Amino acid sequence: MLKIENIVKQYESHVALNDVSLIVPNGSVFGLLGPNGAGKTSLIRIINQITAPDSGKVYFKNELLKPEHIHQIGYLPEERGLYKKMEIGDQILYLAQLKGLSKTESIKRAKYWFQKMEIESWWNKKVEELSKGMQQKVQFIATIIHEPELLILDEPFSGFDPVNADIIKNEFLELNKKGTTIIFSSHRMESVEQLCNHIALIHQSKKILEGRVTDIRNQYKNNTYSVVIRSGKSDEEIKNSGFSIKTITHQENVIQLEIQLEEGASINQTLSKLISQFEIISFEEVIPSIHDIFIQNVTQSN
Amino acid sequence: MKKIALIISREYMSRVKKKSFIIMTFLGPLLIGGMYAIAIWLAVNADEMNKKKDVYVIDESKQFTGHLRDSKSLSFQYVTTNLEETKKSIEGDEDSYVLYIPNLAKDLSGVQLYSTKQASISVVSYIEKEIESELKDKKLVENGISRDILKSLDMDVSLETIRLTDQGEESGSAGASYGVGMLGSILIYLFIFLYGVQVMRGVIEEKNNRIVEVIISSVKPFQLMMGKIVGIALVGLTQFVLWVVLTTSISGLVTQKLSKQLDTKMEQSGAIAPSQMGAGGASSAFQKSADASGNDVSKIMDAINTINFPLLIGAFLFYFLCGYLLYAALFAAIGSAVDNESETQQFMFPVTLPLIFSFVLSSSAVVNNPDGPIAFWMSMIPLTSPIVMMVRIPFGVPTWQIICSMILLIGGFIGTVWIAAKIYRTGILMYGKKVTFKEMFKWLRY
Repeated sequence: MLKIENIVKQYESHVALNDVSLIVPNGSVFGLLGPNGAGKTSLIRIINQITAPDSGKVYFKNELLKPEHIHQIGYLPEERGLYKKMEIGDQILYLAQLKGLSKTESIKRAKYWFQKMEIESWWNKKVEELSKGMQQKVQFIATIIHEPELLILDEPFSGFDPVNADIIKNEFLELNKKGTTIIFSSHRMESVEQLCNHIALIHQSKKILEGRVTDIRNQYKNNTYSVVIRSGKSDEEIKNSGFSIKTITHQENVIQLEIQLEEGASINQTLSKLISQFEIISFEEVIPSIHDIFIQNVTQSN
Repeated sequence: MKKIALIISREYMSRVKKKSFIIMTFLGPLLIGGMYAIAIWLAVNADEMNKKKDVYVIDESKQFTGHLRDSKSLSFQYVTTNLEETKKSIEGDEDSYVLYIPNLAKDLSGVQLYSTKQASISVVSYIEKEIESELKDKKLVENGISRDILKSLDMDVSLETIRLTDQGEESGSAGASYGVGMLGSILIYLFIFLYGVQVMRGVIEEKNNRIVEVIISSVKPFQLMMGKIVGIALVGLTQFVLWVVLTTSISGLVTQKLSKQLDTKMEQSGAIAPSQMGAGGASSAFQKSADASGNDVSKIMDAINTINFPLLIGAFLFYFLCGYLLYAALFAAIGSAVDNESETQQFMFPVTLPLIFSFVLSSSAVVNNPDGPIAFWMSMIPLTSPIVMMVRIPFGVPTWQIICSMILLIGGFIGTVWIAAKIYRTGILMYGKKVTFKEMFKWLRY
């Protein structure tokens, strides 16, 4: 869907993007992650043709990005809002027409979405009369009314209350099922990692990691298992029971162990050895979270 | 282009539908019509309002008796009673004065004016002038010049100005030129200020509502800026046209109503003239002055007719639009660089300075010498030319100068829009940052 090649963007005093390349696959939910100030918004603005890169190329559906493409992109900026004194119906029609829809088509689609979001009775209300949650629904409709093939959401859930965030999130995922590619940008990695199937990590203007979420996490797992046992033995005895134990945590009446699998040992062997010594409650592989991977990468690069 | 049209129509509709716009559009002409009605009513009822005030003259030398001429508001009565008695007789009477003139043969001091209220400067200076002129006449008579000759010296000359042009001789009037030119430049000045500031407010509003990034993901910042500027220009033109139409129709109505009243009033006073000499006199005086003012009006109309209206209106529309576009672009740039209106002050100053400067100078230096170097250069520089050139055109400006000024203004307009678009583009995406001129200058190179 989107291919970004060697983008460089420099402002007066600092480099916002330093030779960033990435590929957003068709139909993916792509997480653009990184701390504040990493360069995410700069990259998004380049994709939306709000600013131009100093060098580098962006391809949209294998074509060099050009002005007409904005009709196929939906953008929800981090700094978002609506005209406070304009009726929301008119407002949606205006924004839809700016995205290239005809007036009749805009009306048809706006009616559909107003019904779906259960706000059709608010058509003639002004934004300033609406509750925050209501405004967010309107904002959502404005973002997707032209049925974009690519949706770019910058910090989409900041400022949403949990209920509305859930409604909107489900709408986004539904669109994704119908084939819309979505880019989520966020500095709160845990909030989007369950949603995304692809991610790119950006830190200090550089891309430090990119790929499928499952691949990345598998790549970063290191044969560590979490075992919950019930045992009367002391910590000392457990440590010397023949496993390479990384941590021992006491919880209520159980003990959680993190075990590093030894070279060449199979899971079943280890498990049977454990069963012979302890009462096993659970046994699972430890897969690092994106956040952990990010921290690991950042500390490494520093 | 379709998108700019959409933006223009939104900017236009959202403003025209506002209550404040509708109220202002109808209230303005009503106020003007109302003032006009009051002015006519005052003129009609002037005799009653301006009751003549009596000046009781105690003339020791009898030299002035019968020689002080009455004015519109003063009537001289010569009394023979002594000063104390006369003073007592006007006690409590606000509309009377007592003028005491001693024998002035040797000494010019000692002339006194008594009144219950402080006499106004115009009354004092009128009386002083009358006494002085009588003294002068007296001296002239003593030296053998007869009163008849003196009377024939009382002359009123009004200068007729004729311009020599390629088309032949054209009579004109400096006053009419001045009036028409000033009117044009005042309108341009007001329009630029009122609607330029609206552009700035609109930009700040979009920034504050955080909608600007949503929109510029669909349109270019330049389109958004130009759409706003043009949309607001159309709002201004709409208001302007409505004002002209409504004001003329309301004043027309007022004139019609009041002129009937005026006619009947004249007839009435004419009918009672024989029985009441005073009122009749006043009325005929009124008629005389009405005739005189009628002459003046026709003179002014003649003068106005000599002004080249197609040129003037064409030039007005051109300078009106281009001047507005130039300043509106600058105002848009200011709006984009700040977060709220209170921060605009430091940037407003340098932008409004040439505007105010040219407005002030156009009513003094330019009018006094419409072809002088100040007038010439200010009518060439794009920031000042919309206002200054409007003042100059009724006095006659060489064609090459007008063309040159217009080309420079178009160039200036394109230049400022280019600069403003660069500042705007960066400014609208900046939040919570105090911007300086230095920074704005840097934005030009992004």
